[in-house]
Amino acid sequence: MATYSTNEFKNGLKLIIDGDPCNIVENEVVKPGKGQAFNRVRLKNLKTGRAWEKTFKSGESVEAADVMDTDMEYLYCDGEFWYFMDPISYEQIPASLEAVADAKLFLKEQDSCVVTLWNGAPLTVSPPNFVELEVVETDPGLKGDTAQGGTKPATLSTGAVVRVPLFIDQGEVLKIDTRTGEYVSRA
Amino acid sequence: MIDTTGANPAALTAKNVKQRLGKRAKILAAIRCYFDQQQVLEVDTPLLSDYPVTDPQLDNIKVENPTVNYQSTSQPWLYLTTSPEYAMKQLLSLGSGSIYQISKSFRQDAPGPKHSIEFTLLEWYRVGFKITDLIDDVTALLMTLMPTGLMANGVEILSYREAFLRHLSIDPFSLTSVQLENFAHQKIDCDFTDQDKDIWLDLLMSHCIEPNLGHQAPCFLIDYPASQAALAKITNDQQGNLVAKRFELYMKGIELANGYEELTDHDQHVDRFEQDNQRRCELDLPTQAVDQHFLKALKSGLPECAGVALGVDRLLLLAAS
Repeated sequence: MATYSTNEFKNGLKLIIDGDPCNIVENEVVKPGKGQAFNRVRLKNLKTGRAWEKTFKSGESVEAADVMDTDMEYLYCDGEFWYFMDPISYEQIPASLEAVADAKLFLKEQDSCVVTLWNGAPLTVSPPNFVELEVVETDPGLKGDTAQGGTKPATLSTGAVVRVPLFIDQGEVLKIDTRTGEYVSRA
Repeated sequence: MIDTTGANPAALTAKNVKQRLGKRAKILAAIRCYFDQQQVLEVDTPLLSDYPVTDPQLDNIKVENPTVNYQSTSQPWLYLTTSPEYAMKQLLSLGSGSIYQISKSFRQDAPGPKHSIEFTLLEWYRVGFKITDLIDDVTALLMTLMPTGLMANGVEILSYREAFLRHLSIDPFSLTSVQLENFAHQKIDCDFTDQDKDIWLDLLMSHCIEPNLGHQAPCFLIDYPASQAALAKITNDQQGNLVAKRFELYMKGIELANGYEELTDHDQHVDRFEQDNQRRCELDLPTQAVDQHFLKALKSGLPECAGVALGVDRLLLLAAS
């Protein structure tokens, strides 16, 4: 079992806490006067997304999590799993709904995604920051309303629903910011 | 921490260099002026020492000794001093009288927002002073250095016990190690266990008490448990607990200075160094050789005195805030 000592702690280091893989978000060494030093660490549970603060006695060892971020190409979904391919080895890996979570709304075939692997299995999936998706359903576009700020909902090919300007028509391809789920422009 | 108070050029820009350096120079000059008026002598002791420190919570930065091949008496390593304490106490034992020093100190600490491996310490010793005299002395110095706004409410003197009662409603002296551990686990998310009571006191102090200290006025925390005496004398408090004649000074939750009514007895020093090395064994840390120059000085006689080390970089940060 690989472990990290507290003096190796730094932001981004992955640890196993109570069986779950966690990421160090912030690491502060606190030391009262002449006494024992502690590492006060802000952690994020990579499975649940929960962030909290935990304290370690300096010198303590903590189990390392075999977690790494890899660039992979999204291939297809068979209704149960989302399949990603390593562009170098061509190895294909299925990701569960739990791992893909909200990212499924922005996954487009052949887009390159960051897949976080824990012990070789997908833990989380991050789509590219910007994706181009087709509008499959929206109210008819209103010509001449380009300057005004009104918006309407539009359903994209992935099933995502985003607010778009009134002049957007069905069949158009839009650029979407996946971090906020907001419309950016026509593609 | 990259020091922004003027000591480190990497943290300065053409825009702020004159202002930062000016502030630093002004404070250093005011410190020298204060001690000159008090007839305390400025000294300048070596930064490289033949011996490391035994304190389990401190680690020296060591450097290869370039003279090792030329002199058969030389040690392979030299140690950058964690404070000028031992060298200054040697001067005291030679009869220097009260002395002060502004110098760099080095600690192999994990760097953080309040820690840097290299920092500037103001350390001074007052012959014949008791711990209460030293608190008055530090207060008088702060009055001359700090903006009046920070000193408007005078200073607060709070015992270690009162601080625990006020902020956690527990008496640190009456609870056992196991009781403190259970209490700490309720307050703080941590998994480790330890039979050393001081670990739990340190944990609660650093997480739940320190951040609250010194916001209205600079706070002198006094009467530490005897187990945390380091090189301070030990006495009984009003409740009959064994306490150290030691203080830590806090301003705005930041530890600024650490003062002692100094232990002068040679044999008690030897005992405390042995305790340090025992604790080092328990923590799987290497034991350290005891500074023989310092022990020799103690044998010849250290005068009754009180001494304090104050972090100059932190002082400047506080003065600027």
